[in-house]
Amino acid sequence: MKLQLPNPDLEDRILSYEQLDRLEEEEAESRPKWDNKAQYMLTCVGFCVGLGNVWRFPYLCQSHGGGAFMIPFLILLVLEGIPLLHLEFAIGQRIRRGGLVLWSTIHPYLTGIGVASMCVSLTISLYYNTILAWIMWYFFNSFQEPLPWSHCPMNANLTGYTSECARSSTVDYFWYRETLNTTPRIEEDGGLQWWILLCHICAWSVLYLCIIRGIETTGKAVYVTSTLPYVVLTIFLIRGLTLKGSLNGVKFLFTPQISELANPKTWLDAGAQVFYSFSLAFGGLISFSSYNSVHNNCEQDAVIISIINGFTSVFSATVIYTIIGFRATEKFDNCLSGNILTLINTFDLAEGNVTESNYKDTVIHFNQTHPEVIQGLDLENCDLNTFLSEGVEGTGLAFIVFTEAITKMPISPLWSVLFFIMLFCLGLSSMFGNIEGVIVPLQDLKIFPKSWPKEAVTGVTCILCCLVGLLFVQGSGNYWLSLFDTYGGSIPLLVVAFCEMFSVVYIYGIDRFNDDIKFMIGHKPNFFWQASWRVISPFIMLFILVFYFITEISEQLLYKVWDPESENFPTLEDKQYPAWVYVVIVVLAGVPSLAIPVIALGKCLWSRKSEKVRLNIGAQLHN
Amino acid sequence: MLEKIFLLLCFSSALANQLCKPDASDGYKVRISLKTALGDDAYVWNENEMFFFRSTLAFAMRTHVSGQRFEVSNIVVCNETPRVSFWFVVTQPQNLSQLIDKEHVEEAIRKSRSRINSAFLLTDNTLEFIGIQPTLAAPVEPVTPPWLIVFGVVMGAIAAGIIVYMVSTVVRKKRKKNEKTNGDDTDDETRVKTIESGRAADGVYNLSFADDERL
Repeated sequence: MKLQLPNPDLEDRILSYEQLDRLEEEEAESRPKWDNKAQYMLTCVGFCVGLGNVWRFPYLCQSHGGGAFMIPFLILLVLEGIPLLHLEFAIGQRIRRGGLVLWSTIHPYLTGIGVASMCVSLTISLYYNTILAWIMWYFFNSFQEPLPWSHCPMNANLTGYTSECARSSTVDYFWYRETLNTTPRIEEDGGLQWWILLCHICAWSVLYLCIIRGIETTGKAVYVTSTLPYVVLTIFLIRGLTLKGSLNGVKFLFTPQISELANPKTWLDAGAQVFYSFSLAFGGLISFSSYNSVHNNCEQDAVIISIINGFTSVFSATVIYTIIGFRATEKFDNCLSGNILTLINTFDLAEGNVTESNYKDTVIHFNQTHPEVIQGLDLENCDLNTFLSEGVEGTGLAFIVFTEAITKMPISPLWSVLFFIMLFCLGLSSMFGNIEGVIVPLQDLKIFPKSWPKEAVTGVTCILCCLVGLLFVQGSGNYWLSLFDTYGGSIPLLVVAFCEMFSVVYIYGIDRFNDDIKFMIGHKPNFFWQASWRVISPFIMLFILVFYFITEISEQLLYKVWDPESENFPTLEDKQYPAWVYVVIVVLAGVPSLAIPVIALGKCLWSRKSEKVRLNIGAQLHN
Repeated sequence: MLEKIFLLLCFSSALANQLCKPDASDGYKVRISLKTALGDDAYVWNENEMFFFRSTLAFAMRTHVSGQRFEVSNIVVCNETPRVSFWFVVTQPQNLSQLIDKEHVEEAIRKSRSRINSAFLLTDNTLEFIGIQPTLAAPVEPVTPPWLIVFGVVMGAIAAGIIVYMVSTVVRKKRKKNEKTNGDDTDDETRVKTIESGRAADGVYNLSFADDERL
């Protein structure tokens, strides 16, 4: 007995197979189309492969048991990522609409899913472009030798370096002070930082130029933005492997700790990473797929894109960790040389008497003869693994750790330029999908008059998003950005994905869906797809959603600040959010998630009301 | 006579030893790191190098302390270690038992620091005078920050691209309008054809109406 919720008049809302075939032959559709398959694949790959592959996956991999993390990652990729991707591609290609119209076609009450997708895409578009603005800032600053984050600026009377820089590090100072000019609290807004404002406007202009005519222009832009990151990653891999200490990093990354597999957090993080990495539930992928021809093989596409995404994650993790291994080895060597220098200066030994190999024995020897002196020296404890574990994630990895490593490489400006171009391309290609997920629903909602050309629609959207995004250009922008990222982009997406799966399988009907796929690609989906769509993937989504929700609710909401006056400076300090931020969090996470049931209920009541009115009128006429 | 000279020499060297000692109030410690600076090309520190060093210091004192002719013998060195570090004091040319003040010595060394460094192929970090901080070089600030130049280039290219697209859209629209006004006669014929073919089949589903209903 298959579970199927009642869905009357579905046949009236969707195109029949004959109509679809005729559309195909006569090319009577006024919808935009992909110029060729390559454009479509590159756009989807670009949307899926983003900054998360470069700066989230390596951190997760390293912190959850290295090579052992591949196991939950690959398992969940197959059980969760590929089925969801295939589902989104297939439904978009079949219904041939994106955004709100797709969901209202499946069932009028489901418009809320489209609205939720749009809200989430909008939230993420707003702050994602600010990250691109920061990347552009670093890119602009890479065209000088020496790089500006390799030295501290002098203080006012030129007697030494500025105290904030001297106490932390050159890269920290450049990021927190000269780029962000960050305030010590989220309540202090610090005003607009004009240099970041310029980069912000530049980032939105680049995006506008690429999406000015929808997929007509996007399809051409992705030839560069989707392929360039792979070229740069390969260059960095070759460069990285020739640096000293790179293999330490790769070994550290991939050394498996099987015990981590027993930790549920590992599986949870793997599931979340697979989910967010595929950019599902944004509505962008459905939209892109709807521009395809009806008989495009969406099953093959889903599998290919998933494989490419997984491969890119592992590849970029390797590249990142060769560079991190190099940096850690440099720091370790410097630490050791510093200690050796202190030793030979204190005891006036000849240079070359103490080397790396006999350093430990020398310390022990002097500890026995002059213990007070050794204590007084306060020698640093140099451990390579500590430096390797300093692997951060997110903006810390790109703008602090990696930039520091680049300053130590010969011809630093070249590597810096390449790195930031790569990050920019990765982010921009993801933005194409985000904006698609915003513009198509807006057009469906008829917010813009029909007479307006596409250029005007995209232009107005970009300008409005640019203005709202000024929130992140302030001094406290970094704190706002991580707030939006943590709460606006996590739970709503999980809710939407779960509802998507449920709607397609149980409201649209898995039987009809199977027949559709048979019509489109020639064969029915096999047992794996059936099992994963009906049971496995929804269960995994629900599981992750519940656990995420519980961890977010139970944890105290803290955020990390850069406060030069704090005691533990330069370590980031944990601060509690002020009360009004909780309202913002509830709006960010709650509005999209609750839109689904609220709109469903609203439509249900409205249709019942209009049904009653119709019956009344009918009865009156009859009388 | 010879004995007197001998006694005098002993006396002066003894006096010199008394003047120069570690932590002397008017003396400085020097630390030289040859291997760090020069690696395999490092020369060996021997008596001749020490003589060279003392003469360099004497040069510095002569140049910057006006009126007094310092000799190599005025630079007294003691407490040499295998590290290559030692203490030195500077005596007055006329009176070998009197030391030059710390401040004058420091000033002379600061002013001739680059000459002393280059004489020994070393830098501020590898030829250290403990207690005399090296003066940091003043930063070179370009008139326009380099990033603004790159920003200008990129922004200009983007603006040009957007303008090109806008212009091409307008041109395209104008061309379509011209074609429409020219091809009005041919349009009527094609319209008749589509109506005939439409009647035979079931008709193509008109998507534009469906949107209004579905939402």
